[in-house]
Amino acid sequence: MANMQRNTALERGGRPLRLHADRNPGFPLELDWVRDIRINRSAVERRAETIAKRRTVKKQWQAAWLLRAITLMDLTTLQGDDTEGTVRRLCAKARNPVRADLLESIGAADLPIRVAAVCVYHSFVATAVGALRGTGIPVAAVSAGFPAGLSPFDQRVAEIHASVAAGAREIDIVVTRSHVLNGDWEALYDEVRAFREACGDAHLKAILAVGELGTLRNVARASMVAMMAGADFIKTSTGKESVNATLPVSLVMVRTLRDYMERTGHAVGFKPAGGVRTAKQALDWMLLMKEELGNEWLTPERFRFGASSLLGDIERQIEHFATGRYSAQHRHPMA
Amino acid sequence: MNVAEIFETLEYGPAPESPAAANAWLDAHDRRFGLFIGGEWREPSSGEYFDSVNPANRRTLAAIAQADAGDVDRAVKAARAALAPWRALGAHGRARYLYAIARHMQKHARMFAVLETMDNGKPIRESRDIDIPLVARHFYHHAGWAQIAGRELEGYEPVGVVGQIIPWNFPMLMLAWKIAPALAMGNTVVLKPAEYTSLTALRFAELCAEVGLPAGVVNIITGDGRTGEALVKHDDVDKIAFTGSTDVGRIIRVATAGSGKKLSLELGGKSPFIVFEDADLDSVVEGVVDAIWFNQGQVCCAGSRILVQEGIADRLVAKLRARMETLRVGDPLDKGIDIGAIVAPVQLEQIERLVEQGREEGATIWQPSWSCPEDGYFYPPTLCTEVSPAATIAQVEIFGPVVVLMTFRTPGEAVALANNTRYGLAASVWTENVNLALDIAPKVKAGTIWINCTNVFDAASGFGGYRESGFGREGGREGLFEYVKPSWESHEPAGTRRRGKSARAGAAADAKRSTKRGGTDGMPAIDRTAKLYIGGKQARPDQGYSTPVTSADGVFVGEVGEGNRKDVRNAVEAAHKAEGWARATAHNRAQVLFYLAENLAARADEFADRIAAMTGDRKAAAAEVDASVQRLFTYAAWADKWDGAVHRTPFRNVTLAMHEPVGVIGVICPDEQPLLGFISAVAPAIALGNRVVAVPSVTAPLAATDLYQVLDTSDVPGGVVNIITGPRTDLANVLASHDDIDGLWYFAHDGGGAEVERLSAGNMKRTWIVAGRDWADPLQGEGEEYLRHASEVKNIWVPYGE
Repeated sequence: MANMQRNTALERGGRPLRLHADRNPGFPLELDWVRDIRINRSAVERRAETIAKRRTVKKQWQAAWLLRAITLMDLTTLQGDDTEGTVRRLCAKARNPVRADLLESIGAADLPIRVAAVCVYHSFVATAVGALRGTGIPVAAVSAGFPAGLSPFDQRVAEIHASVAAGAREIDIVVTRSHVLNGDWEALYDEVRAFREACGDAHLKAILAVGELGTLRNVARASMVAMMAGADFIKTSTGKESVNATLPVSLVMVRTLRDYMERTGHAVGFKPAGGVRTAKQALDWMLLMKEELGNEWLTPERFRFGASSLLGDIERQIEHFATGRYSAQHRHPMA
Repeated sequence: MNVAEIFETLEYGPAPESPAAANAWLDAHDRRFGLFIGGEWREPSSGEYFDSVNPANRRTLAAIAQADAGDVDRAVKAARAALAPWRALGAHGRARYLYAIARHMQKHARMFAVLETMDNGKPIRESRDIDIPLVARHFYHHAGWAQIAGRELEGYEPVGVVGQIIPWNFPMLMLAWKIAPALAMGNTVVLKPAEYTSLTALRFAELCAEVGLPAGVVNIITGDGRTGEALVKHDDVDKIAFTGSTDVGRIIRVATAGSGKKLSLELGGKSPFIVFEDADLDSVVEGVVDAIWFNQGQVCCAGSRILVQEGIADRLVAKLRARMETLRVGDPLDKGIDIGAIVAPVQLEQIERLVEQGREEGATIWQPSWSCPEDGYFYPPTLCTEVSPAATIAQVEIFGPVVVLMTFRTPGEAVALANNTRYGLAASVWTENVNLALDIAPKVKAGTIWINCTNVFDAASGFGGYRESGFGREGGREGLFEYVKPSWESHEPAGTRRRGKSARAGAAADAKRSTKRGGTDGMPAIDRTAKLYIGGKQARPDQGYSTPVTSADGVFVGEVGEGNRKDVRNAVEAAHKAEGWARATAHNRAQVLFYLAENLAARADEFADRIAAMTGDRKAAAAEVDASVQRLFTYAAWADKWDGAVHRTPFRNVTLAMHEPVGVIGVICPDEQPLLGFISAVAPAIALGNRVVAVPSVTAPLAATDLYQVLDTSDVPGGVVNIITGPRTDLANVLASHDDIDGLWYFAHDGGGAEVERLSAGNMKRTWIVAGRDWADPLQGEGEEYLRHASEVKNIWVPYGE
């Protein structure tokens, strides 16, 4: 059954014949899909290392790609000392991420340049929703015991309900690492499935905390189970682990995502988070997405950067393109 | 295209590497280059020049000198003149120069990379990230070898003047692979780059001058095949090192036959890329990209035959096709290009012709939907399915971005398909099962095996082929021996070496029938009949003729069978059937050799008498038997000590340099010291797992035929040692022209080695011609030199990490 579906989906050039337009509804847990996963770390690392050497964008192409990167950004603040004030500042930056005169000077004044979402803790969801009213920018809440995900299960589910009620349209949850480390795929599936149901219409991003999963094979397995359980996005990290988003781990998740898509016909989004700080890095990830999945995965519906300091570097690079002079951070409004 | 548009389309756009510096360099030379001989630039004496063309835009880059035989002679003389002072400079001095070359390569890396891409058509990504860094690495690594060669290669000395001929697919990298080890070992060189791609070699000549390399140590002569031919045939060249096609390699083998020139050949390939059902398929796809769409597929070790387990074949094909759509062919100076230009129109035509032939023979030819630029010589990535081993495109080297795909059912069938080729350069094996990977690696006949990777190279790892992919290794410790020779050879030039006392020539026509026969107390001796020894059994010679053997003073000693080509055929078949000997444990082989020695010692007097009867010197005969016993001990000792190595290659992997037996080796034994000569040749071969077909001393063959019973009683499995007595030249030539023999050693000093080398070009079997050694001298008669000839070095790259 599974194989038949896969072959149908693969009939032409590896691209699926039919992709469902709606959200990923999930799929009954297929343990064979998990067991079938083979990841060769050395080969993955080699591919990850060369993607950014096989492709590059220069001049106006680079500027345009960086503008697109801004629209793929979950502008994020997850600090213990966040206040309503700092969150409002962040939301203001989200509305106007690049100086208008810069956009004007590079012929991008009419482009819809605003971030994809603003990502905060539950306590600031209401603040952010208020600050972003009228912009269409959704608020994402990290939830379900973020970042360790080890608070009582009912509380984690309740937290999701609360954030959705407060106006969050996207919920970033963390999975229980021990389920992955112990190979308890049923438990992982049930957990993510329950979170997905708690989200209702809000979109679910499943954070795998890849830096704590030990192996790339575990990353792929956890990705597959999270997608089967109905995750709208799979996300690398909380930003709090010692190792966060890397290109090899992203490559593994993206390939697993493609595999899921080929098996089920459902598209899932991908979000690297933590460690993406420079414009160059952002371009590397975009190259990876374009090469492995195509332009459809360079839209906010299917790709996000989780980032707090990335925007600043992109602004400087765009000013460099506009003026030919190297820019300084203080020339750009802070969040 | 403006920012707003690109924001929507997310196209890549151009990312050109500037050719300005390379063009300025060409202009500074008026786009015309002479020959670099003796540290000076010279006009070619013919006055003839030819164009070097950028294959990506068909524009002429520069005029290149056509060197003729006179120019070649001047270059060889310059190298000869530079040899003595270069040797006298010493290890550390040579190390300093090689280090300086490495540093300069790095300092001028971009210039070399851009020039290489313009001249050859390969993507700048590859010349910048792969070729040129490997060049610098090669010189660094060999600067190190130069420094420590004195101790590490004690007892060896430089070969002398080396002629080197390199191909157009990796112009600078092949130059480095040739020049670095040659200089490190104290040789001087005359190098000829390929006619399509001379420019970086000429820039390198300048670099040699910049670092102050003594004049004549490196000479660069340009030209077409005529120049190469003049270099190959030059009398004062001590060694030829060639990388290129198997056809040209064969011509060089024939041309150098009997010249005494040392020879290493790195030739073509049709390397298998084996995918098992438990492989990481997405990584396999990228592996295929690196295997066959690297350097436009113009790679001798390209994984050009995908062998995939049947159950996953459809999935892999679908994934490959999807990936091929995203490859980019175009201006090789663009940093975002995967596949550049084919080097020349003649190469492009060959690719087109072979693909068309594949289509006619029933293959499904798949190419991406996009089309190639038309301003240069471009060809799209091509995947051929529905291909059988019988198809032309499954057998011949296409040397382009074209891969064929076939399926297999079991690991055994994968190996059979992998080895179903005349070539044996490299193989790639993809599986997540370490047991399977390490089972397959030794079974595939190829010099390099890449596990879950492909086309990775390093100076510390030896590279070279089995079978018709050539012989010799480049890189690693194993590669150094291509550029040295045992020092004792210089002190005792061939021909003046001690020769043992010979019995009379034993050809039937010459033999004087003598009535003198052995016997005691008036009773006649019981007739002893020495037949041939094939497959562990004594076999009558096919023709039914025997040859008398007489002593030095003409007394009839006995008769031996007169073997012919059919006997050789039978012996070779028996040797192949004894393939299990190669898989026997080294301990097991050591035990057999010790036992052989024990059983020979038990019959020492009998053998001494026999040898004395033929040679007339009982005392020398006794010493010879004793030396033979010792020699068997030597190789019993070595059998389980001829270790391989783990090379220090610079990424996370284990690079295993494994010693494997060559296979079936023909051994033409010396006439002198008939027992010791036989043992000296046969023992090292079988110690390492080879099977031999030996032609013993013609004048005193009974020393070998008497061994039959010793072999039988020593548990030597049938077929491991086969012995054919008879006319040496005929037998040697049959062995040399036998395409299922992997090596041939010619230890008789009757000049027959030349024909043997010539005939061996048929299947490029490894030949070793040794004339007139003092077999009693351990320095000459035993040791690592023999073991090296008895083994192939296979490098197995095993990346790891979960």
